[in-house]
Amino acid sequence: MSKLKGLTKKQLFLPIFSMILVMLVNVVYDIACGNPPLSFFQIATQVTTSGDTILFGRLIDVLNRGSEVVILAIGMTLVVSASAGTDISVGSVMSLSGGLCCMLLAGYGVTNVDHYKVPLVVGILAGILLAIVCGIFNGFLVAYLNIQPMVATLILWSAGRAIGLLLCNSAIVYVRVPSFQFLGSYCGPIPTPILVAAVCVAITALILKFTAVGTFVQAVGINKKAARISGFNSSKIILICYAVCGLCAGIAGIVATSRIYSADTNNIGLNMELDAILAVALGGNSLGGGKFNLAGSIIGAYTIQAITTTLYALKVSSAQAPVYKAIVVILIVVIQAEPVKAYFKKLSAKKAAAKEAN
Amino acid sequence: MKKVKISSNNILLLITIALFVVMYGLGCVVYASKGFTHLQTFLNVLINNAGLICVAAGTTCVMLTGGIDISVGSVVAMDCMILAVGMEQKGISSVVLMLLVLAIGLLFGLVQGYLIAYLKIQPFIATMAGMFFARGMTAVISTEQVSIVSDKLFVGLSNAKVNIPFGIGAYTNKKGILQIPYVRPTVIVAILVVVLIYLMLKYTKFGRSIYAVGGNQTSATLMGLNVAKTTMLTYVLASFLCSIGGICYCLNTMSGTTTQASGFEMDAISSAVIGGTLLTGGVGNIVGTLFGVLINGTISTLVKSHGKLNSSWPNIITAILLCFFIVLQAIFAKIKEAKKA
Repeated sequence: MSKLKGLTKKQLFLPIFSMILVMLVNVVYDIACGNPPLSFFQIATQVTTSGDTILFGRLIDVLNRGSEVVILAIGMTLVVSASAGTDISVGSVMSLSGGLCCMLLAGYGVTNVDHYKVPLVVGILAGILLAIVCGIFNGFLVAYLNIQPMVATLILWSAGRAIGLLLCNSAIVYVRVPSFQFLGSYCGPIPTPILVAAVCVAITALILKFTAVGTFVQAVGINKKAARISGFNSSKIILICYAVCGLCAGIAGIVATSRIYSADTNNIGLNMELDAILAVALGGNSLGGGKFNLAGSIIGAYTIQAITTTLYALKVSSAQAPVYKAIVVILIVVIQAEPVKAYFKKLSAKKAAAKEAN
Repeated sequence: MKKVKISSNNILLLITIALFVVMYGLGCVVYASKGFTHLQTFLNVLINNAGLICVAAGTTCVMLTGGIDISVGSVVAMDCMILAVGMEQKGISSVVLMLLVLAIGLLFGLVQGYLIAYLKIQPFIATMAGMFFARGMTAVISTEQVSIVSDKLFVGLSNAKVNIPFGIGAYTNKKGILQIPYVRPTVIVAILVVVLIYLMLKYTKFGRSIYAVGGNQTSATLMGLNVAKTTMLTYVLASFLCSIGGICYCLNTMSGTTTQASGFEMDAISSAVIGGTLLTGGVGNIVGTLFGVLINGTISTLVKSHGKLNSSWPNIITAILLCFFIVLQAIFAKIKEAKKA
């Protein structure tokens, strides 16, 4: 019993618990439908029309579709930790970087091409670079002008998508070149977005493990002034966190654009910032800044995607899915809430006291 | 002895009002031939934004406590859908539906307020759940676009004109017909909301507690204020105002769709920020918010009057203004700090 209690106190308990819960729902649903009980975890191979063998299954789908949120969650975790605020511009920045990339590849005002106007690398790098600039802009406002993060990022939330639309001349720009679709399709049998997300996570994890950057960020997040007095350049650290968040948004934007081989500026990354923030919160990280746990955020991101995929499997339409998502979110945050935890603690203390009295 | 001091907060409000006047004056000069100088153009800005004014009033109150409410856009969409489906497909009278919508607003605010004030869930997360819920509910009610045409009272309210008395701003058009400027009933509701909230914030105990809670929760508690109760009631008020705004919005659009009013919450927040309300709480003014909404409305009217500009320009101009005001606020805050030290 005491072991179980120790387990529930771990930070990663909640995200893993909710993930398992979602999977259990899938298992129960499959049993109820008469499918094999573990069909959620089944990974099959499928031969596409072009003759390639690809992996196929609900688990793969969750990993694949969740990639963008995972990439965003990396940057968001750092931003939340360092500045005690959220970057709500990431969805718009995704759309902006995708828009610039496609605009460069296709040429301004052209909506449908089957060859590149500039090399692919230039387009992708320009998109990502613009996203980093956006991140630095946000970071400057937050770190050096002391503006609340949400208000500061509200500017690009509004302008990012609009500038993207201007770049694409308010049209959907299609780039019908196979190599452009690589990032959003398959690398061998594995969906490429999964690999991109994995690389991003691995690099961040290595940096956090072998350098003191993570500690710096947390120190700034816990107390900006104290960190400065201890010799950290707090403002610079916050700025870097926002730049990284911009970088992540850029990568996610390119992946999302590549997935549909077009810059659908109105829809790419729409409401994605909410999913990313949710992933951070579900991962057991406080939105008030300070200590963070990257693994939690990533599990949180996949949990959100698992919820969405499960809902689709349950034949809930995509427009109606938010209702259930809201209920799940409320349940998870209420369990996490301090007053609720205190109440349960009191209850168990009473039980223990009653036992002793006997 | 009472003296009106020009503090940094007042200056921000003055700048907002001045900017609105300058912007509108510019429109009058440049687009005089397109009827910009007529009073009706200004009234149309009010008519188009009546719903937003009500919603932004609620958002301002929430922001004054240091919180945020991002559920309002979805709640407006849900209200419109309830009204549209109720009237067209279920044949319920519009009066009953409007009362129902207001009741739903109260309930919505109560749940969100309880989660935030008593269970200490971060306002962003709690209202984000509310946002998802309301947007999803809209689709659960109906996924198609429903137009309101049958309810006589509602259609009548939507088309009702309240003429401006004493012939102010009246003119004869090219055909020689006398045009009397008018507003819709929704504008009167919106102005009433602004006046009531202004009086409430300034003169009632509840209004002053809102400022106190936003300024510093600990000192508010030490002063003997019930912080949790004030916070919860503020969210209830905001959601209630949001429902009033939803009805006004619906009277403008006369339809319900699932994607309606998306981004409305950010319009409300940016209006409040342009009007000088700080997200950290404790500082702000409802009059500023009103002018914030008017500035947003004037920008779209200007872009529409130009006729050839891309439709994404209003967003970009709003963002630039937002940036300008935010940086201005930051500079004032720094000056204040420097004075203290």
